[in-house]
Amino acid sequence: MPKSKDTTSADLHPRTNEDVLNAVAWAAGSKIPLEVIGQGSKRGLGHPMQTAHTLNLAGLTGVTLFEPEELVLSAKAGTPIWEIIELLEEHNQELQFEPMDLGPLLGRPSGQGTLGGLINTNFCGPRRLKAGSARDHILGVTAVSGRGEMFKSGGRVVKNVTGYDLSKGVTGSYGTLAVLTDVIVKVLPKSETEQTLVLEGLTDQQASHAMSLAMGSNAEVSGAAHLPAGIGGTSSMTLLRLEGFAPSVEYRIGNLAELLKEFDRQQKLDASSSRPEWQKIRDCIPFSTHQQRCVWRISCTPSEGHKIVQAISNATSIEHFYDWQGGLIWVQVEQAGDSKADLVRAAVRANGGGHATLVRAPTSIRQTVPVFEPQATPLAALSRRYRENFDPFSILNPGRMGA
Amino acid sequence: MSGLIMPELDQEVLKRRLEIISALVRIVPGEGVVFDENEMRVFESDGLTAYKALPFIVVLPETVGQVAEVLRYCHQQGIKVVPRGSGTSLSGGALPLEDAVLLVMSRFNQVLEIDYSNRCAIVQPGVTNLGITDAVASKGFYYAPDPSSQIACSIGGNVAENSGGVHCLKYGLTANNVLGVELVTIEGEIIRLGGKHLEAEGYDLLGVITGSEGLLGVVTEVTVRILQKPETARALLVGFPTSEDGGQCVADIISDGIIPGGMEMMDSLAIQAAEDFVHAGYPLDVEALLIVELDGPEAEVDYLIGRVEEIALKNKSSTLRISNNEEERNSFWAGRKAAFPAVGRISPDYYCMDGTIPRKELPTVLARMRELSEQYDLRVANVFHAGDGNLHPLILYDANIPGELEKTEEFGAEILKLCVEVGGVLTGEHGVGVEKRDLMPEMFTEDDLKQQQRVKCAFDPDQLLNPGKVFPQLHRCAELGRMHVHKGNLPYPDLPRF
Repeated sequence: MPKSKDTTSADLHPRTNEDVLNAVAWAAGSKIPLEVIGQGSKRGLGHPMQTAHTLNLAGLTGVTLFEPEELVLSAKAGTPIWEIIELLEEHNQELQFEPMDLGPLLGRPSGQGTLGGLINTNFCGPRRLKAGSARDHILGVTAVSGRGEMFKSGGRVVKNVTGYDLSKGVTGSYGTLAVLTDVIVKVLPKSETEQTLVLEGLTDQQASHAMSLAMGSNAEVSGAAHLPAGIGGTSSMTLLRLEGFAPSVEYRIGNLAELLKEFDRQQKLDASSSRPEWQKIRDCIPFSTHQQRCVWRISCTPSEGHKIVQAISNATSIEHFYDWQGGLIWVQVEQAGDSKADLVRAAVRANGGGHATLVRAPTSIRQTVPVFEPQATPLAALSRRYRENFDPFSILNPGRMGA
Repeated sequence: MSGLIMPELDQEVLKRRLEIISALVRIVPGEGVVFDENEMRVFESDGLTAYKALPFIVVLPETVGQVAEVLRYCHQQGIKVVPRGSGTSLSGGALPLEDAVLLVMSRFNQVLEIDYSNRCAIVQPGVTNLGITDAVASKGFYYAPDPSSQIACSIGGNVAENSGGVHCLKYGLTANNVLGVELVTIEGEIIRLGGKHLEAEGYDLLGVITGSEGLLGVVTEVTVRILQKPETARALLVGFPTSEDGGQCVADIISDGIIPGGMEMMDSLAIQAAEDFVHAGYPLDVEALLIVELDGPEAEVDYLIGRVEEIALKNKSSTLRISNNEEERNSFWAGRKAAFPAVGRISPDYYCMDGTIPRKELPTVLARMRELSEQYDLRVANVFHAGDGNLHPLILYDANIPGELEKTEEFGAEILKLCVEVGGVLTGEHGVGVEKRDLMPEMFTEDDLKQQQRVKCAFDPDQLLNPGKVFPQLHRCAELGRMHVHKGNLPYPDLPRF
């Protein structure tokens, strides 16, 4: 292999799977850490890293297979997400897990990000309740492990139990196990239309009850969020989204309104007013303005969400709103320069458990506070062994998910 | 068992049988340890009855503590362990080994908690799939994945196999409906993955465990998503003169944005057998019969029935019936649900295969299968989860004819290779087990398989859990961990850099 003149710092831009394989094999052989990035839109997520070299996949692009009637799409990991979304839209299809656009929250332009980045972070939108997240829609991957070996898992069909599901196994791994080169995902028809039932003026606790009633009904609710006063408007708003074929949505929203008639301040949003509301919730727009404030993403038992918020807000001043029936809480800490990590995590532990991720914080805080939920010792040890069996020398995004 | 090589028996362990029995009895007292040959016979095979082996010792623990202690003991003593749920696996996943403790989880049969506010249930792994639905049905809820063995198969086994069913195109597989598990590792550590919250933290080990066929750990508790039952369901029964027309109809339904609750197809031999058996009123002059079930609110179902009817007519359907009540809907399903036993009636034995193919390849695969059928001189009937491309060819044979089982297995292997060749996979829902183990290299390269086995090393470095299943070749973890280092300099100076 030809020698490079300067190996102190490099930005590698592979164009093919072979390039990726060679780059990682070189790094593995020399035990040189790499920061793996796509467009860099989510670089501010996770622990800051000290890597001299970057492996930039933004040039590894292109949809390699799209068969709408087979509900499958395969693309190179560096393919821009918007490109995939637009292509699907032309065929009335979508990634049903509603990819979150982290740009606004992290103080970057919106509309950025690659398929690889999406899979590696596994962030999804309000439809999580009904459709799952990226890990529920991934069918197959090709990747280069930190050992510098190319492997594939899964395939292009929905129903497949051949071998371990390493496609899920690398989803949400923040690039710490393997460098994805190809991703195959399940795509699904877009809903013909949607409507949202809004209940106004509920407290967090009342909203929790209302959302639970709605989710337990057969109205097929595909979004259940609560925006307290100040976030949604002058009074609080509890939003319940119904999607599907027009006659079905019309019928279900009638039933749902009837079921929730005890909450009498109701209004309905048609598709054109409903869509932007859910997009704001998906992308955490309410917390996009004060970039210096820390933002937590808490995944918890839905019915316990409001208790967690209560416990945190008893001790410090926060802003918050709920998605996923209360099972996802976005919390913005008002006091700049303090994440309140211990407080937040203790509140989650005391109220049904779950986990809290510090999605936005200044670098100095992310250097010292665990960004991801610390795990119990046996699970932490298992996770470490799991990582080591993909990347024995910790050359891929070392430390990004913590020790 | 034709030509299947299992891991070499550990003679040292075999010699210590009595000592091991008494140690296990101390951990699981009472009737929790079975070692009498006659009593162990009942465990000698699972749903794949062509393969049999007498277990070394059978243990039926009752508590998580006992599971942990049994595993810790076996790990310390280097004794292999084969976990087993209800034993309904169709791929030999729970096939005993003669030097392995068979860990039977059937006593873990309690529903621990039903939480309607959070739409989930926490159950022990020995609870049957249908048992979960039964426990929540009074409030109108159900558990969605519905493998055909649901009356008997356990949820623990469903997790191990990532079981599907006829409704999984719309409602997902086990992996999409499990929120959390408690798992005991071979070292006896108790680990929790996920819970009532919607996503587990850290690496998606829950996703890796699901479908791992008992090779990574023993599940002792499962938290599942429960759903409100759809308001109504109606079905269409549509016959086509050719499988191409039927296949095109399926593609057009999906292209129209419709995801039916269930979509099943049968070929002419399966239709004939089913009709002779249950007299469901199936048309006998068609090459392909499609059942499309739409479920949901009444307004939606009625609307979509009309749309699917239109699509079917456009695709040259020769017969079309629409259910107007539950009785009719059930009669449409009666033949499909009885398809396996119906085929069993027209042949002394049948061998059920389980490949998945891209749907559009169905006509090609059926045509090639007809050629193979002639070549092997064995009949084959096909039932097909048409929505998701999961094909179940049933090969008809007679085990009493010398050599016919071997010929059948060879034919089956050819079918699975064909599935892989057209872009599909070896198994859609039955698992690899021992049955498809040696075909794994048809689908995976050596590097692919080694990376999977390294995951196994993270959980079970001594490879004591269910060895001889899934992977054609056992590699020592030390060997898998070795690096073939390419020391060197920065590659490809011509790669664009900035």
